[in-house]
Amino acid sequence: MTTITITGPATFRNDRPYPFCPGCGHDAILDALNDALVLRGATPDGVVIVSDIGCAGLSDQYFATSAFHGLHGRSITYASGIKLARPDLDVIVIMGDGGAGIGGAHLLSAARRNLGITVLVFNNLNFGMTGGQHSVATPTGAVTTTTPLGNIERPLDICGTVAVNGAGYVYRGTSYDDDLAERIAEGMASGGFALLDIWELCSAYFMRSNKFGKKSIERTLDELGFEARVARRREIPEYSAAYREAFTGVAERPTFGTHGLEPTLASTLTAPFSIVLAGAAGGRVRSAARLVGTAGILSGLWAAQRDDYPVTVQTGHSVSTIMLSPAPIDLVGVAAPDALVIVAPEGAAKVATAARAMAESATVYALEGFTGIETSARVRTLDPVRSETRLFKADLALAALVAVAQDHGLIPRDALDEAAVRSGPFADRNAAIVRSGASLLEWI
Amino acid sequence: MDRREFIDGSTAIVRGALDAGCTFFAGYPITPASPILMAMMRELPRVGGVAIQGEDEIASIGMCIGATMAGARAMTATSGPGISLYSENIGLAVMGEVPLVIVDVQRLGPATGGATTAAQGDVQFVRWGTAGGFPIIVLAPSDVADCYHLTMQAFDLAERFRCPVFLLTDKELNLTMNTVAVDDFRPAPVRARVTAGAPGDPYRYEPAGHVAPLRHFGAGEVVRFTGSTHDEGAFITKDPGRIGALNTHLEAKIEDHRDEIEMVIADRGPDAGTLVIGYGITAGAVRAAVQTARARGDTVSSLIVQSLWPIPETALADALTGTDRVVVAELNRGLYRREVERLAGERDVVGVHRMDGELVAPDQILEAL
Repeated sequence: MTTITITGPATFRNDRPYPFCPGCGHDAILDALNDALVLRGATPDGVVIVSDIGCAGLSDQYFATSAFHGLHGRSITYASGIKLARPDLDVIVIMGDGGAGIGGAHLLSAARRNLGITVLVFNNLNFGMTGGQHSVATPTGAVTTTTPLGNIERPLDICGTVAVNGAGYVYRGTSYDDDLAERIAEGMASGGFALLDIWELCSAYFMRSNKFGKKSIERTLDELGFEARVARRREIPEYSAAYREAFTGVAERPTFGTHGLEPTLASTLTAPFSIVLAGAAGGRVRSAARLVGTAGILSGLWAAQRDDYPVTVQTGHSVSTIMLSPAPIDLVGVAAPDALVIVAPEGAAKVATAARAMAESATVYALEGFTGIETSARVRTLDPVRSETRLFKADLALAALVAVAQDHGLIPRDALDEAAVRSGPFADRNAAIVRSGASLLEWI
Repeated sequence: MDRREFIDGSTAIVRGALDAGCTFFAGYPITPASPILMAMMRELPRVGGVAIQGEDEIASIGMCIGATMAGARAMTATSGPGISLYSENIGLAVMGEVPLVIVDVQRLGPATGGATTAAQGDVQFVRWGTAGGFPIIVLAPSDVADCYHLTMQAFDLAERFRCPVFLLTDKELNLTMNTVAVDDFRPAPVRARVTAGAPGDPYRYEPAGHVAPLRHFGAGEVVRFTGSTHDEGAFITKDPGRIGALNTHLEAKIEDHRDEIEMVIADRGPDAGTLVIGYGITAGAVRAAVQTARARGDTVSSLIVQSLWPIPETALADALTGTDRVVVAELNRGLYRREVERLAGERDVVGVHRMDGELVAPDQILEAL
């Protein structure tokens, strides 16, 4: 037995009269909401009513609480943002059965996260504001303006759907229920995602086209086998609290290093130079390019790196373009690189056009076996077997790139060593590959 | 020698957002904008903020709008297909006067298009991407350092005018690593949010163009927000006087303050008869072409447009003075060129275009001079 102490105002309504049709259930549900807020001892500025679109979407204007009136079906997304930013606020969503349909993905996701908002579905079984069309909640056989011969769709079990997907509190009732205010307050107090599917009459359309009344609501619930007046609860952590808990204790600063690289060495490069490194997925192409770019920066150059690989990242080509320049680099369309390095057949296929466009003064470096490269550039062969350390397939990209950098005198060896040291978990291996790469010069 | 960083545009944007005091991010995975989402998911909770991967793009921008009204400073990031889904909520942010930064990392469209293919096809889309036809602010960084600075600038303008501000970048700018001097990452001040000291209306229309303080939920007073045509109290209105005042205000608050938004990099050549215009990733080719043209003795000016919308008419008129020929380079079929043509009078306006996934080459521009 819970004792509720009422501390807030006696009403949360303002002095505006409700605008709804005679016989509409909205008035009764809003009165119940008002009573629930009183029961909860809420404060007007501590409550945000997030209203959807449709007749129920007008509701926020009759309350003296904070309010957010957004777009159709999206009320749960705004409510989620509000709750995530301010978990201490009571956030209540008012939507119709139409909103539950169009915003279905949001409904499921908020339930699945158990995000602590309370959703009231004003379920009058059709679209009232737009002229009595059928909704996801319209019972089979019902006549609406868009189902003139009777609805052949089955209605969505809103409660059942959110319940199986993680909602903390789920309840189905009607606008006639005497205890509706208590159930709304109970949902709010549950702390997690609470949804109340509240069945009611649309006197303008659904009642008239289906000879539908209070008793029909009970009969339809029965026929559909939709459980009513039973609160279903699930004890799982509320999302905004769980989020904050998950990140308690992580360093209160970004993980970015903002120290940068200090160019302590000097390159003799006097004009921009571009290298295309053509390899395969798993060949550590991008990290090789990054290491050489870093080495370029350490030796006073400006470096840029552009990567190209398929969306299925573990297969196919991996091609990186490395640009080195004594001046800041503008990214522009470049037809042909100064050097092309081919270390895998997947890459070779990808750069065939670039190879053909290369000038006679440019160089293609290729592992043995890549014969038949169509190019005017001179072609030099790399033979990793002659390396001083044994090179594995994943080492070839870096080794070859280092060899090319050395061949063209782009970057001092010390800068490559230093970049290897800074290259993270593979630093030791990279240092060894850089040494091998430098020795490849002899057999180019 | 000065320290330098090897960094891509995505990281520069995230760093700019953090330095601008961003406290909320929501986004949905999409190439080539995902690195921003991943970095924000990692970094934001470390500085006391909240980042969430929405169930879709609609939810992501919706959560940003809700969070902003609850006191957060929010950003979201996507690519063209995601902007399609943002459309209705861009309108809500305009109507509800919500400061929000929206990053569009452009890829080749239409539809799924080319996820990893550079393009500048969203230039008009972001301008007119929501119903109603109201002004919007769009900034386009022209290099990696610019990604950092214009992100901060976007947050600043969003606060200044209580409106969504686009940061329009592209796949190449965001995913290509480049070298930036550490000194180029000095944060610029981003103005504090103007909230209110005393209870009052959430909106104000007169004088037109005046921006009302942004009242937050849960800050000690009742606050109303609406996306419907409303009076100053955020109640739905059918009064033509209020409706007219609202719509005049939404336009005037940006159009009457163009001088606060205009941002360009103008490089005037003495007695130049030709002006080359570019923006975003294409700025690189413009700079390179102008350098080559001058080296061979041509007199030419360039204008890199950073504030694409509203059109920087004053700066553009300035740059056009004395020229009789204009070359506009862009990765689309002339989307911004049509705006330049509108303002160029009798001058010849020539477009340099590319829509094959490659960047505009300086030679293409040189040929058009």
